[in-house]
Amino acid sequence: MILSQFIFVPLLAAFLIVLFARKKENFAAAIALAACAWILIVSFIAFFKLPSHGGMILNNTSGWKIPYTICLILDNLSSFMLIVVNLVAFLSAFYAIQYINHFTGKWNFFALFMLMLTGMNGVILTGDFFNLYVFMEISLFSAYALVAFGTESEELEAAFKYATMGAITSTMILFGIGILYSYTSTLTMADVGLQLRSGGTPKMIFLVYGLFIAGFGLKTALVPFHAWLPDAHPSAPAPISAMLSGVLIKTLGVYALVRIFFNVFGAPTVVLQILMLLGTLSIVIGGFLSIVQWDFKRLLGFSSVSQIGYVVIGFALGTPLGILGGILHLFYHAIFKSLLFLDSGAVEYATDTRDLRQLGGLSKELKVTSATNMVGTLSISGIPPFNGFFSKLIIIIACISAGRIVIGIIAALVSIVTLAYFLKVQKHAFYGKKGSAKVLEKVPFAMKTAMIILAALCLISSAIMIPSIRKNYLNPIVETVMGRTSYIDKVEPYLDNGSVK
Amino acid sequence: MILYLMCFFLFLVGVYGAITKRDLIKIILAIGIMGYSVNLFLVLLAYRTGALVPILKKGLDIPASMMVDPLPQAIVLTSIVIELGITALMAALAIRIYQKYDTFDITKIRRLQG
Repeated sequence: MILSQFIFVPLLAAFLIVLFARKKENFAAAIALAACAWILIVSFIAFFKLPSHGGMILNNTSGWKIPYTICLILDNLSSFMLIVVNLVAFLSAFYAIQYINHFTGKWNFFALFMLMLTGMNGVILTGDFFNLYVFMEISLFSAYALVAFGTESEELEAAFKYATMGAITSTMILFGIGILYSYTSTLTMADVGLQLRSGGTPKMIFLVYGLFIAGFGLKTALVPFHAWLPDAHPSAPAPISAMLSGVLIKTLGVYALVRIFFNVFGAPTVVLQILMLLGTLSIVIGGFLSIVQWDFKRLLGFSSVSQIGYVVIGFALGTPLGILGGILHLFYHAIFKSLLFLDSGAVEYATDTRDLRQLGGLSKELKVTSATNMVGTLSISGIPPFNGFFSKLIIIIACISAGRIVIGIIAALVSIVTLAYFLKVQKHAFYGKKGSAKVLEKVPFAMKTAMIILAALCLISSAIMIPSIRKNYLNPIVETVMGRTSYIDKVEPYLDNGSVK
Repeated sequence: MILYLMCFFLFLVGVYGAITKRDLIKIILAIGIMGYSVNLFLVLLAYRTGALVPILKKGLDIPASMMVDPLPQAIVLTSIVIELGITALMAALAIRIYQKYDTFDITKIRRLQG
C-alpha cells in the first residue's frame, strides 16, 4: 500500500489542471473528478485491507528511518477519516461541475479544490508534527482563497477574517511545536509521546496544551474561537461550504486534536475537561444563534458550530461509548451537513438569493432539493431512522453513563432547538406561502445526483449501527483512540534507535 | 534565557498588534512579526555556544555535541516560505477589499453581521 498516493494524486491533479486545462474547462473538471474517484476507491481498499496489516501501515518517505525522516501512518482512525473526507470531496466535486458555471475561472476553482484535498489527506496521514503544520497550511491557504472565490465584498471580508485568525493560530501551533521539539529533540509524534511518557510531565507541557487547544480549537470552531466560521463558510461557493463544514473543520480540528491529545499526550484530564466545557458552550451558543439567522447558509454555519460541539463532547468524555458517539457523529455530520449546504447552493443557483424572507413555497418547483433537504433536516435533528438519531443518542447516553447528566440534558434539549431552526428553514424556504424570489433556472443533473446520493447515504449509513458491522469496523477505531499508548506502541518497532554517526 | 524572553516578548508584540490594530496592513504586519518571533525561537533552539557547522566529512571530525542542530534551520526555511505565502495572499485580499470598500479601516468593513 503506497500511502503517499493520497497526497500526490490530488497534488498532481492540481498542477495538471493549472498546466493543461486553462482553456479547456471541462477537462479541468474531468481531471479533478478522476483524481477524487481514484483516491476514494483507494481509501476504501485501504480501509478493508488494514486489518490484514495488523492495524497499521507505516511508510517512511525517504531512505532514512523515523525519527530521522517523515513518516506516513495509516491506522484505523486515519483510514476512517480518509473515507469520510474523500467521499464528501468526490460528491462535492461532482456537484461543482455544473454549479461552478455561475462563476468564472472554473480551472482555478478545481485546482484550489484539489490543493485543499491534498492538505487534508496529508494531515490525516502524517506522523510528524511539523509535517502536520505544513499540510494544515496547504489546506488552509486554498480554503482562504476559495472563501474569497466570488470576489464580492462580503466574501473578501470573510476571507480576510478567516486568514487573519487562521494565520495567528497557525503561528501558535508552530510555537507549540517548537517548545515540544526543544524538550524532546524529535518531531515524530510517536517518539514525542514516548519521550514524554518516560520523562514525566514537565511544566512546559501545559503551555503546549494551551497553544494547541487555541490553535486546533480555532480550526474546529469551538465557541470562543468560532467567530470566523459563520462568515467564512457561507461566503464560499456551495461545494466548498460543504467541504469546509463537512470535513475541513473535522480534519484540521477534531482529528488533529484527537490524534495529538489522545494518542501522543495520553488524554490528560485537564485537556478533556477544557474540551468538555468548550464543546458544551459550542452546542448551546451555536444552537441558539442559529435560530435568529435569516440567511440560509449562515444558519447552516452556526448549526455547524453547534454540531461540532456534539462531536467534541463525545471525544472529551473519554469513555468508549462517548468516543464511539463522537466518531459516528463526525461521519454523519459530514454527510448531512454537506447535503444541507449543497441544498442551499441549489436554492441559490435556482433563485439567486439565500435570504429566507424572500424565499418560500419552493417545494413545488424544486422537488429534489426540497425532498433531500427534508432528509437532511430529519437527520440533523435526530429523527429515527435517519443517521443523526443514532449518533446523538449514543452521545447523550454516554454523557449520562459517565455521570455528566447536566451535559446530557443540555445535548438533548439543544437537539430540539436544532429541529426548531431547521423547521424554520422548511417553513420559510420550501413550504409556506410564496416569497418574492422566483425560480429562474432549473437545478441541473449533476447537482441533483450529488444531493440524492448524499440523501440516500443519510439513511444507508445508519446501517453501521448493525451490531456485527459496528463490532468489526467501528470498535477498532474506538480502540485506536481509547488505547492511549497503543499508537505509540505500534510505531515504536519502526523507530531507528541507533545513533547517527 | 534573556534571548528567549525577548523572543517571547516579540511574539506578544505581534499578538497585541494583530488584536488591537484597526488597519488591514498593520494587521498583516503584526502577523508577520509573530511569524518572525517564532522563526527566531526555532533558530535559538538550534544554537549552541561555540558549536560548528553540522557537516559530516572525513578529516573533519566534529563530535555531534559540538554541532548546531540542523533540523530547526530546515524548519525555519519551510516556515519562512509558508509565511511568504500567507502574507502575499493577505496583501492581495487587502487590495481587493480596498477596491470594494475604499478603506483599510476594519471598523468600516462590516457588512457581515449577526
